[in-house]
Amino acid sequence: MRIGVTVFPGSNCDRDALYAIERAGAEAVELWHADADLKGVDAVVVPGGFSYGDYLRPGAIARFAKVVGPLEEFAKSGGPVLGVCNGFQVLTEAHLLPGALLRNTSMRFVCTRVDVRVENTRTPWTSLYEPGDELSLPVAHNEGNYFADERTIAELEDEGRIVLRYLDNPNGSVNDIAGLCNEGRNVVGLMPHPERASDPALGSDQGLKVFESVLRFAGAKV
Amino acid sequence: MTNNYLKIRVLVRPKSGILDPQGEAVRRALPALGFGGVKTVHIGRLVEMEVESADEVEGMCRRLLANPTIEEYEWEVLS
Repeated sequence: MRIGVTVFPGSNCDRDALYAIERAGAEAVELWHADADLKGVDAVVVPGGFSYGDYLRPGAIARFAKVVGPLEEFAKSGGPVLGVCNGFQVLTEAHLLPGALLRNTSMRFVCTRVDVRVENTRTPWTSLYEPGDELSLPVAHNEGNYFADERTIAELEDEGRIVLRYLDNPNGSVNDIAGLCNEGRNVVGLMPHPERASDPALGSDQGLKVFESVLRFAGAKV
Repeated sequence: MTNNYLKIRVLVRPKSGILDPQGEAVRRALPALGFGGVKTVHIGRLVEMEVESADEVEGMCRRLLANPTIEEYEWEVLS
């Protein structure tokens, strides 16, 4: 099992993601932003950071990086894709996930641990959790305030596409949404950082199952 | 040669009803400096470009300069 991690100028959680993937037992593969293909990986993580300096809007420029073309095809054909933090923002800008991430209502960068509840375990990235599991995960963002129009939110709720929900909302997100998935459930975006909670040495390994889940998913498919 | 280019001004702002925390922070800061009577402040983004043709400006706005999920835009040819 090989899991790719995209690297844009300004990505800063790529190493953490590569580490978490290897700790989960998969081979981690760097995918440079100027690459024209995904090197045959079985899943892709779009990591956190400040791609292209967050110029214009977070994720707005990264969304047009060369590697995102094949990533869109991979996602549309059902390949498992996880966007964390800035990666989540990239996926919304690329319309692989609905809505957008606005400035935190506090106008402050939030860097802390938050408690979240796992709502949907029928995704390749959360299948090893139990619905209702409560996790403590790191967040670090300035634009984590999830927004979508009312119709989209109703659709997400009706279809059970909220993946993680904050127990104590740090950024003003609609309906306490911390993570969600696309219609096919293969594309997941999370504001909290599971890769930063992938080793007890980091204070917690409660996020490791995200990467172990996708391993099991790929194994089950073969 | 450069006088063949058109000057374009694009104005991007949060859609009405979308939270604008920057505008709100500035609205609250103004009275602190003694400027009274400010009801609302909204903050957007000004983009000025020189382009060969205005034909593709609409596409530039829709695909990159603004995010239509949360922002609205207008543009004009200045000269």
